[in-house]
Amino acid sequence: MTDDAGGATRVLGRFELVIEVGKVREFARATGATHRAYFEDEHPPIPPTFLASAALWQPASVPPPYEALGMDLQRVLHGEQEYRFLGPLPRAGDRLVVEVRIESVTEKKGRRGGTMRLARIVSDFTNEAGELVAQARATTIETGGPP
Amino acid sequence: MNSDDLTEGQQLPPREFGPISRTDIVRYQGASGDFNPIHHDEPFARDAGYSSVISVGMLQAGYVGTYFVDLFGPESVREIRVRFRDTVVPGDVLRCVGTVVAAEEVDSARLLRIEVSLERVSGGTVVSGDVSVAGASS
Repeated sequence: MTDDAGGATRVLGRFELVIEVGKVREFARATGATHRAYFEDEHPPIPPTFLASAALWQPASVPPPYEALGMDLQRVLHGEQEYRFLGPLPRAGDRLVVEVRIESVTEKKGRRGGTMRLARIVSDFTNEAGELVAQARATTIETGGPP
Repeated sequence: MNSDDLTEGQQLPPREFGPISRTDIVRYQGASGDFNPIHHDEPFARDAGYSSVISVGMLQAGYVGTYFVDLFGPESVREIRVRFRDTVVPGDVLRCVGTVVAAEEVDSARLLRIEVSLERVSGGTVVSGDVSVAGASS
């Protein structure tokens, strides 16, 4: 795995994500969804934020981003999150490959003193045909001191 | 809801979620695999400076997703972007509402851009975001 030309991108790893019907039903229920597709279809489409559960498939050899960045969990906040779907929505039964990378890390003076760190983490989700079907982008913040 | 009937500036029907319980938070943590103790371990959360456990931001994001699925169908959301503005604690009741900011034809499909806000019923925005929705019918 190589960094991009600018050297800012750091790939944390790649792993497989199998979209399971039970997980789709569980996730839909946990987010207040009642649409029958999630509970009756054999191959339901994923809920819009389902790819958050990719963390469950992340092997121990791929560190969670906050750990790779040495962030203190008691000072970590989730700032922003986005999902973009570039083709038909993934469905139960699909096998995707996830590549997680740190897109950028910036530092700022925190409002309450100390240094605040902002990291942008990108996950690319590729299907079995090698097509990019979804992209996730998270902004993780480590505050300068206790909230 | 049929996206063909919607035009710029139109407000979508609001929907409430909650009151958020500790069980809702734990259920989401199990579903998502995010086991940050700040969301279920009271001493850990207090030690970090919070008055109680706080909800998972991505649970609130999930409610926003559900809002759009219920309005436009499970395959309608093409893009969802959320900003977490404030923490949510057990007992909070949340209200989701969207406003159409653009309606356009892209590759012969209708695409709506919607600004969305998840508010605490007792006051304050907890999530703001924008969502692109394609097609029609739920």
